[in-house]
Amino acid sequence: MNKAIMMVSALSLVTVAGCARRAPEQLPPPPATTAPETGYDTGAGTGQTGTTVVPGSQADFLQSVNADRVLFATDSSDIDSQARSILDSQAQWLARYPNVRITIEGHADERGTREYNLALGDRRATAASNYLQAQGVSASRINVISYGKERPEATGSDEGAWAQNRRAVTVTVGN
Amino acid sequence: MRRSLVMIAAVLSAMAAVPAAAQVEVDVTGGVSAPQPIAIPVMPTNSPVGTAAGSTDALGRQVSEVIANDLRNSGLFTPIDANRMRPVRFDEVTQPDYPYWGGTGAQTLVQGFVRANGDGSLTVGCYVYDVFARTELARQGFVVQPDSWRRAAHKCADSVYSRLTGEGPYFDSRVVYVSETGPKNNRTKQLAIMDQDGANHRFLTSGQNIVLTPRFSPNEQQIVYMSYAEDRPRIYTLQVGTGRQRLVVEGASLSFAPRFSPDGRFILFSMAQGGNTDLYRVSASGGRPQRLTNSPGIDTGGSYSPDGSRIVFESDRSGGQQLYVMNADGSNQQRISFGGGRYGTPVWSPRGDLIAFTKIGGGFRIGVMNASGGGERLLTNAWQDEQPTWAPNGRVLMFFRTAQGSGRASVHSVDLTGRVERRIATPRDGSDPSWGPLLP
Repeated sequence: MNKAIMMVSALSLVTVAGCARRAPEQLPPPPATTAPETGYDTGAGTGQTGTTVVPGSQADFLQSVNADRVLFATDSSDIDSQARSILDSQAQWLARYPNVRITIEGHADERGTREYNLALGDRRATAASNYLQAQGVSASRINVISYGKERPEATGSDEGAWAQNRRAVTVTVGN
Repeated sequence: MRRSLVMIAAVLSAMAAVPAAAQVEVDVTGGVSAPQPIAIPVMPTNSPVGTAAGSTDALGRQVSEVIANDLRNSGLFTPIDANRMRPVRFDEVTQPDYPYWGGTGAQTLVQGFVRANGDGSLTVGCYVYDVFARTELARQGFVVQPDSWRRAAHKCADSVYSRLTGEGPYFDSRVVYVSETGPKNNRTKQLAIMDQDGANHRFLTSGQNIVLTPRFSPNEQQIVYMSYAEDRPRIYTLQVGTGRQRLVVEGASLSFAPRFSPDGRFILFSMAQGGNTDLYRVSASGGRPQRLTNSPGIDTGGSYSPDGSRIVFESDRSGGQQLYVMNADGSNQQRISFGGGRYGTPVWSPRGDLIAFTKIGGGFRIGVMNASGGGERLLTNAWQDEQPTWAPNGRVLMFFRTAQGSGRASVHSVDLTGRVERRIATPRDGSDPSWGPLLP
């Protein structure tokens, strides 16, 4: 997860602005206190030269898909129309790179109890996985993991932060 | 026990010299109008002897401080200030100076001694007196190794507490919890263990992996918990003595929310498969899990009744999280929570009478209800209080409190009246406390 963010941030320094990550339109602006942004520059040089993006890489994935994550309503794991279009774009990319495996990380906002949120994160990641499988992605390529409320994306205690944290994030593995 | 307590109260109220405010009944469920004044003078030694834990006269002062701290923290007692008490001579321990102690305002006197034995051990004598009735209420001696002197003090405090309240002891017990540090979106979490009063704090894991929800085995020698080791969140046991860890449930599935059965033979837990979470149990020595629930939805947070015959758990099968009770084999599942809002993290009292829970609605609050449902009472009121755990006597709860915004967590305790609430000091932030059994 953090690794993914690091790469995105690093890439945004060297690629055309705006390409790195397209968040869903209903995403509220991040709160003042977001993830720590320090230290990302140090990772920028490793494995990336100039504007070259390796086909089939996580960087390629992030540039190619509508978003690396889908968001959910409170206590819900329903895949809505916006989430469907995001997952469709992920499925299309995955069809181009059949050797790429993915981990789907399920998360919940802080307003649920710890254990329930672990189950809820699993339910969300599984919902995203099931949708991708229905689009032809082999189950053997997908690993799901729930982080419950342990790894919020946005650190505020407000509706905007909670909306960003109810998510299932697709991360490519082994590239 | 409770009858003798009533007798003390009756005697006190008959005495004209007793100020009205001091006429308290020490009743941990009904609440206390004012804590009872109690004198716990420094414990003398027959002769000052150096030990591995310091000299016996220094230990006498430390023992009395630990006893006073325990009793003060219960909310039921106000120890007399140490500066307002004269020293007690060794030969006075069994012959209390009642007129003097009556003058301090104390209703109860706890005095004793610390003696070094020839074999390197210590004996801590503990005597409890009713200052007004001028009678001895209890006496006990505890033989401990010098480095366990605090346990003797806790045992003495337990003796006082039990004798005066009629309730079971709880001070000589330990807590395992999750020590937290770091930014809200990347907390480092370590298992840590400490005495109930925060002393003897020790980390059990390095913080390399996220660890959650540690719980003691009934004999207190093992901890079952969840870890993200190898990026697979699953259940492990840890031997407290050796630090040895063992994976409980093989396979790639998410396993979590573990708890031992009261006889220690089984581990109750939740496992998610295909997005559906159910309750299972597995032999504490490993093997094939047995499925206990089979509902579409999230069934988690299982906790056994003290006799092991039933299980309380939470399920969202009806929509939001609610509490259910079933037989230990999974049969006869009945919903027991019917108030407004949602209910999670149920835990059965070791006395069997109550179930504590997190009430979810707006914020999180700690509450209790009867084991059959009904009689709901909420005990705390902050932004997020979560995951209660019972003291061994079933009369005090610990939980963790998360601050809005910062997400910083701290460990707190509250008694069943909801009036005696305090923070448990931990070196770093703390969450997921689990109160262990009374030590032998």
